[in-house]
Amino acid sequence: MAAFKDAILAGLVAALLALPMLGFHLGDSAQGLQLETHLELVPLAAAIVFAGRLALNLAAPWLAKWKDRAPAGKPKLETGVSRRPLYIGIAMAAAALILPLTPWGDRNILDKATLVLIYVMLGWGLNIVVGLAGLLVLGYAAFYAVGAYAFAILSQMGFSFWQCLPISGAVAALFGLLVGFPVLRLRGDYLAIVTLGFGEIIRVILLNWASFTGGPNGISSIPRPSFFGMPMTASSPGHTTFHEFFDIPFSPVQRIVLLYYVILLLALVTNLVSLRIRRLPVGRAWEALREDEIACRSLGINPTSTKLSAFALGTAFAGFAGCFFATRQGFISPESFSFIESAVILAIVVLGGMGSQTGVVLAAILLVGLPEWFRDLAQYRMIAFGGAMVLIMLWRPKGLLAGRTPTIRLNKGDAA
Amino acid sequence: MNYFLQQLINGVTLGAIYGLIAIGYTMVYGIIGMINFAHGDIMMIGAFISLIAFLVIAALGVTSVPLALVLVLVCALFFTSAYGWAVERVAYRRLRGSFKLAPLISAIGMSIVLQNGVQLVQGARVKPLAPVITGGIELSGAESSYPVTLGWLQIVIILLTVALMAGFTWLIQRTSLGRAQRATEQDMGMAMLLGINVDRVISMTFVIGAALAGVAGLMVTLYYGVVDFYIGFNAGMKAFTAAVLGGIGSLPGAMLGGLLIGLIEALWSGYGSIEYKDVAVFAVLILVLMFRPSGLLGKPEVEKV
Repeated sequence: MAAFKDAILAGLVAALLALPMLGFHLGDSAQGLQLETHLELVPLAAAIVFAGRLALNLAAPWLAKWKDRAPAGKPKLETGVSRRPLYIGIAMAAAALILPLTPWGDRNILDKATLVLIYVMLGWGLNIVVGLAGLLVLGYAAFYAVGAYAFAILSQMGFSFWQCLPISGAVAALFGLLVGFPVLRLRGDYLAIVTLGFGEIIRVILLNWASFTGGPNGISSIPRPSFFGMPMTASSPGHTTFHEFFDIPFSPVQRIVLLYYVILLLALVTNLVSLRIRRLPVGRAWEALREDEIACRSLGINPTSTKLSAFALGTAFAGFAGCFFATRQGFISPESFSFIESAVILAIVVLGGMGSQTGVVLAAILLVGLPEWFRDLAQYRMIAFGGAMVLIMLWRPKGLLAGRTPTIRLNKGDAA
Repeated sequence: MNYFLQQLINGVTLGAIYGLIAIGYTMVYGIIGMINFAHGDIMMIGAFISLIAFLVIAALGVTSVPLALVLVLVCALFFTSAYGWAVERVAYRRLRGSFKLAPLISAIGMSIVLQNGVQLVQGARVKPLAPVITGGIELSGAESSYPVTLGWLQIVIILLTVALMAGFTWLIQRTSLGRAQRATEQDMGMAMLLGINVDRVISMTFVIGAALAGVAGLMVTLYYGVVDFYIGFNAGMKAFTAAVLGGIGSLPGAMLGGLLIGLIEALWSGYGSIEYKDVAVFAVLILVLMFRPSGLLGKPEVEKV
């Protein structure tokens, strides 16, 4: 009975919310705004919410039971890092490596996989800052943009992708240091808003400094990467092209496969660096700083320089990813680096479970790969995207694969 | 001089609107320590509701402008509060007490849902509203080269903001709800032990914040005369900047921050370049935080082990 009452209440609230926004529609017409009434939609919305809430309420006992099924028992003592994620990771990397050789690896799939991998790489890069060092950054796309524009602008002066890749990362890291230096001593939330503001500043500058960045039109005809100096084109005067060298027929898929492998390599490097750096003193210091800043300070760890190093490394990876993005698209404009981009990357990190490398892959596939299939439903797609963020958080607040445990921990028996 | 005065008036008006939105951010942050990212979009919903209410009331045959304004105000307050309540109930309540980033992500998701939901049901086109309140007082003499006007609309906005602030301060300082709210802010666990219904207090915080944002939405509709589904993001971000600038968690700080942000924006647009006004706002924020890390009126956080 209580379930029923609650559902009725939910239905009433839904009716209240739907009355102004669904019940009336602001139509455009030659005379200006035209008010159209669709009051029949209001009870419909209420009924849907009522039914949904009722079903949820009735299912609640079973759901609770299902959730409790997780092993209760005695908390196990942790003995260092489990090896299991490593095997999963190697299996996933191997699967990604042979994907272009399998029958599924057609142009369409590879294109989507490349996109997902960009976000996986960005997620891993941001994970260093947010997951390991515990610094909340809301403007990560700004550094991504810096990397992309660094390459785009240099390419107009005749530099190639491989020459610019390290430069892009370095420029992004430099920007990271510039932003990080004054603000990293701030409390977490202030850091979040300052990075958010910085992201907007970068976007506004890119939009308005037309002589340098092309303004809203962006920069186009960015060169594609070459394969050890061999261009991936049908013919190139003065150069041996890729297909000529290997004496195979030319096919545009070759370029896509190359792009796929480049981003796979970049992503794996990001992953490897962040996995290995956790074992270094500086990585340990990041994790310790995330857990307790005061204790760290009393142990002689300099919080500012430690945070700064995490920030610089994370932003450098954003720069690399940006450089790749520019070469893949061949065209960039400020539109690609709006706040929503930062939000998506942060969502990938948090939904995946902060600090979990596998979780990032899972979340990237879910948030970026899956919606790619539903491009035609553009508007519903974004609603579903936002809704998924809310629902996953409600369902698993710690992320899909919670991995926030420190790499090593002094066990105190039942403290776990 | 006259030009400066005019920009000052515009800035104060803008600042009043930002201040009203900033209160919602600062209250929610003070009580549960989360950045309510969807708050700007609640303001956008308020703007849409006021626009719809204007058209409905006009269709019902109300011709007196003051009466229509009051009715629209009531509608905006009521329905926007309902949205604020529902957002908290659906997306945040279950995440209370879980780790810090979870509600933030949930709020970003909610913001995306609200924006795209409104775009879906109301269309992506910009919705115009013919000026409802026109005219104003000419402050400078006829002989001056640059006339300074204080529009009636600006007077209404500033007076309404002052009245709301006074009422709001009274609510926080004098009523039992305000007492419960302050107690919950100081120590949620202790407030609970003392018999305060913390859930209800937090719900009311969201309702009050949304109501103020709804009024801000009405003001935006009247002041700019156009509404679209995207206005919440920019205004929300500036209002949040205002809250941080004033010291997050501090209510007078939110108002002061809003005023400053409005002034910076207006003066920068007046004397500098209008394209870079957002850059100016954030640059000032970064500078203030560098030298006063807890904002202008915020209390420095005491770190305890």
